[in-house]
Amino acid sequence: MILVYINSTNGISKASFEAVTYAKKLGDVIALSNGSLSSDDLAHIGSYGASKVLVDRGVSGDDQQQVTRMIAEVASSNGVNTVVFSHDLHGKSIAPMLSVSMKAGLVQGAISLPDAEGCIDVNVFSGKAIGKVKVNSSSKIISLLPNSLPPEETGTACAVEEVATQAGNALIKVLSTKKPEGEIPLPEAELVVSAGRGLKGPENWGMVEDLAQILGAATACSRPVADIGWRPHHEHVGQTGVAIRPNLYIAIGISGAIQHLAGVNGSKVIVVVNTDPEAPFFKAADYGVVGDAFEVVPRLNEALKKFKAS
Amino acid sequence: MKILVCISKAPDTTSKIAFTDGNSKFDENGVQFVVNPYDEWYALVRALEIKESTGGHVTIINVGQGSDDAIIRKALAIGADEAVRIDAEAKDAYYVAMQIAAYAKDNAYDLVLTGKETINYNGSQVGGMIAEGLSIPFVSLGSKLEISGTTLTVEREIVGGVQVIEVEAPAVISCAKGMAEQRIPNMRGIMAARTKPLNVIPAVDIADLTSFVSYEMPGEKSAVKIIDPENMDELVALLHSEAKVI
Ligand SMILES: Cc1cc2nc3c(=O)[nH]c(=O)nc-3n(C[C@H](O)[C@H](O)[C@H](O)COP(=O)(O)OP(=O)(O)OC[C@H]3O[C@@H](n4cnc5c(N)ncnc54)[C@H](O)[C@@H]3O)c2cc1C
Ligand SMILES: Nc1ncnc2c1ncn2[C@@H]1O[C@H](COP(=O)(O)O)[C@@H](O)[C@H]1O
Repeated sequence: MILVYINSTNGISKASFEAVTYAKKLGDVIALSNGSLSSDDLAHIGSYGASKVLVDRGVSGDDQQQVTRMIAEVASSNGVNTVVFSHDLHGKSIAPMLSVSMKAGLVQGAISLPDAEGCIDVNVFSGKAIGKVKVNSSSKIISLLPNSLPPEETGTACAVEEVATQAGNALIKVLSTKKPEGEIPLPEAELVVSAGRGLKGPENWGMVEDLAQILGAATACSRPVADIGWRPHHEHVGQTGVAIRPNLYIAIGISGAIQHLAGVNGSKVIVVVNTDPEAPFFKAADYGVVGDAFEVVPRLNEALKKFKAS
Repeated sequence: MKILVCISKAPDTTSKIAFTDGNSKFDENGVQFVVNPYDEWYALVRALEIKESTGGHVTIINVGQGSDDAIIRKALAIGADEAVRIDAEAKDAYYVAMQIAAYAKDNAYDLVLTGKETINYNGSQVGGMIAEGLSIPFVSLGSKLEISGTTLTVEREIVGGVQVIEVEAPAVISCAKGMAEQRIPNMRGIMAARTKPLNVIPAVDIADLTSFVSYEMPGEKSAVKIIDPENMDELVALLHSEAKVI
């Protein structure tokens, strides 16, 4: 039996549906969640292949160790041999604890299904290579990188069952939570528009935000831009920032330093806009525009509006 | 506070990545190794700041072989009091974490700090595994840490935001940007590091749970298609019909 953990903080993310789709390709699937997602939302997980969804409403999700105990208990009482997470910040932090608790080998950041030998691909060396990982234990944990496979909605809603596990008390006390309103979280975004020092100043980001809005994309930036305070820190992508792999990454006025590429070179399609034809980013790009961002971006915005309207 | 900082050896980001032995081993030839940046800039420096303001003792720990001693000395030069190297090949995250947990259990640390991830294997695994091995709380992606008595106040990154939480020591915290600022070791630190204790201890018997069987380089990007900056309609058309991303 395969168990998929569904985190409940921001509604059910697309990445969770991807994890259920992935799990379904490995065997029979049940899902487990906690917190306050509505039963209708949870039942919808059935459409992606889960036969039922369990939910422990007594566990808030703030203490990841408590979540770990909840998952371990449900796994052992349901004959689960594989647990699948989506590799968001929850999965990333819970999966290693569960690995110790279940003595189950962990594949962190999986990007493929197991091959004939049971090996699963992960990105290593900041995306510069792919490693094939084999799990030596009988139980396995797989944390699936978002955007690694398309979610497949083929079935119908399933039953939702409330459970009360012995997960114990939360040891972590939350004092405050800040969430930027209405923005698309960067690690989950399929389309990302990013800009760097080539934009000369924070007052010039209007056209970049317009572009993001027309596309329905998230915004990102290079590190120096966040360091000098032109953009918020959570937008900084790269080796020391967030690592992303959207379907489309548009880089405007970014030189393409190796530390920047480390966080974005897993993107499926890269578009680079830069005045300098020698900018290293062009070597990593699929489409390149050698030109001044202040002319090219407004023109691109017009072209996209025309395309969207047609 | 008795603080344990976990440090790992990582190839400098500008290193050329290549593999040997039928693509089963990382080719260390000509590679410059550094202390994994998150461990050095954030975990170690924050530990030193805490020691400087409230007193305490900072031990760095590494699971690795003799070739790791150079980066351990560098971390000592930045200011750690002593170092422990568990003499073993770092087989997988579980193996490493169980070694560190075994050591930490015997030596009763108040706080264990790790980096957010290693830049070579990018696993973000070891910190959470140590915490579970010790049955103490784990806080991931800490960007600020304040201590008052035994209460730790941590700002951490969560899905789409930041959160401030409180937890009682002992705990394990993985450290990310914001925690501290990089420090460059000075001459005095480098001299002092030569005489600081680096205790090499044997590994405990643990089986690894995973192994890297082989590596491959991602498929070469086909050459970039250059689009006329006057003709953004063409770019839009290509993104739609060729790349199929919009
Ligand atoms: C250990 C380490 C870690 C790092 N981690 C990161 C990281 O995580 N993320 C990151 O981004 N960086 C990181 N860096 C910094 C990185 O090395 C680069 O310095 C940085 O990415 C450069 O940012 P940039 O491209 O915005 O600026 P620049 O390098 O200054 O490039 C600006 C670009 O804009 C172009 N340009 C100028 N005017 C225009 C115009 N009008 N229209 C279009 N293009 C224009 C220029 O040709 C140039 O290519 C790290 C560095 C180190 C040493
Ligand atoms: N061999 C090692 N020895 C000591 N600490 C390590 C080792 N490997 C990883 N760590 C610590 O665990 C953190 C996370 O590593 P990883 O799980 O590999 O991404 C690192 O930032 C280090 O602080």
